[in-house]
Amino acid sequence: MEKERIRSIIESLLFISGEPLSLERISQVVREAERKELREALEELRNEYESGGRGLRIAEVAGGYQLETAKENAEYVARLVKTKPLRLTRPSLETLAIIAYRQPLTRIEIDQIRGVDSSGVVKTLLDYGFIQVMGRKDVPGRPLVYGTTKKFLEFFRLKSLSELPSLEEFYAQAEEQAGGQGELYSGKYEESQISDVKSESADAGSDVCGEMKKESGGDEEK
Amino acid sequence: MSQEFSENYRVQLPVFEGPLDLLLYLIRKNEVDIYDIPISLIVEQYQQYLDLMRLLNLDVAGEFLVMAATLSHIKSKMLLPKAEEEAEEEDPRRELVARLLEYQKYKEAANLLLNREQAGKDVFVREFMEERVKELAEDVSLERMEFEEVDLFHLIDAFQELFKKRSLEDIRKVVVERVRVVDRIAYILERLKEQEAINFEDLFAGSRTRTELVVTFLALLELIRLQVVKAFQGANFGPIQIRRAVALDDERMKSDYITGLVDKEDDFGKGENPVNN
Repeated sequence: MEKERIRSIIESLLFISGEPLSLERISQVVREAERKELREALEELRNEYESGGRGLRIAEVAGGYQLETAKENAEYVARLVKTKPLRLTRPSLETLAIIAYRQPLTRIEIDQIRGVDSSGVVKTLLDYGFIQVMGRKDVPGRPLVYGTTKKFLEFFRLKSLSELPSLEEFYAQAEEQAGGQGELYSGKYEESQISDVKSESADAGSDVCGEMKKESGGDEEK
Repeated sequence: MSQEFSENYRVQLPVFEGPLDLLLYLIRKNEVDIYDIPISLIVEQYQQYLDLMRLLNLDVAGEFLVMAATLSHIKSKMLLPKAEEEAEEEDPRRELVARLLEYQKYKEAANLLLNREQAGKDVFVREFMEERVKELAEDVSLERMEFEEVDLFHLIDAFQELFKKRSLEDIRKVVVERVRVVDRIAYILERLKEQEAINFEDLFAGSRTRTELVVTFLALLELIRLQVVKAFQGANFGPIQIRRAVALDDERMKSDYITGLVDKEDDFGKGENPVNN
């Protein structure tokens, strides 16, 4: 298949798709082309859009590719499209952050970190579709455990969970914000630091940070 | 402020902030070292905030009380002379500090998500269109650089300050009045329709009595909770600005908020006494 033709097909698919398209999915649709060809065509298309003068871009989000409007046109797009506001509150963002880094975890575990009851926030996040029930924890009472969804990645325009900086990177900031000056305990805290958020995981949907597996006992998949 | 408020109106702020937020706030405000928290000072200030929150009839969640107990416990442990065999005993504050730092880390992570959310607002995708924020550039882009959103504790601080100042003015004129939170909400919304931002203090310019001050403040908190307005602050602990967070041209939306509130506080102010100074 001709390169130009492949590019053209991919462009159509991206335009019409309601969600980010993975290379996998594209190759299921365009059976006539090799995966390698598809990837190249995607890259070329992406560069084409990037190189200026266009109102669309191709972005990598949630393990796939999506066509989106150019930032610089935001004002005009907003004039045309009346959209319902979705803004997350601070508690929602905090809870999402905790879930994103520690998943799968129970609501009680979220409460413990935040120091307040999180049931309302968790409910809201479930309603938005940013988190989902991943299973139950193997402890008395078998509480539900939660994890983030693909929609979460899409909303925050993340390629995958591994695109989030590691928690350790926030540690220095946290210390500074909280007014840490001494080194009294810092050594000890580091032990409990969770390692390797940047673990390589290919599939964005079920992409779980290293730490998350540790927490759960690793027996739950969605 | 007197008892009359408590029977009549309670502001529910279910997911506002928790005890850990308050502690972090106090630590920052006092510029103390988190690894060496002056526990007596913090306990005292923490208690003051709880009292104030109660006075304003903010629904103080049980977690705040649990934390108060924990703090007292730590304080008493630190006052005890160390038994010899326990010379190596752990600092009683250690666990709390670990919790605070752990929590602060996720707050930082939440900031990152917030930034991504904001950056994403300028990009539209077919699928997400119906959920995307319709926030025109005039409302967001510029101000966000210079101002930070403020939390409940900053607001309480600012209000306390204002309240102190006003009490000094000693309003002798006794007026029997009925002030309702709904009315103050309407007032705030009306003002924000004209101006995009109002100084926190200006909001209270027309309030002549303590009751009015408190009710206006409660109205403001309610609007913040509903995310209709947001409170921003420039330099740390500088003046606070109130801005609208949604387009206020929609009359229907406004009346929705108000009718939702009328029922639950229709009785407000009935038992109210004239202000006596």
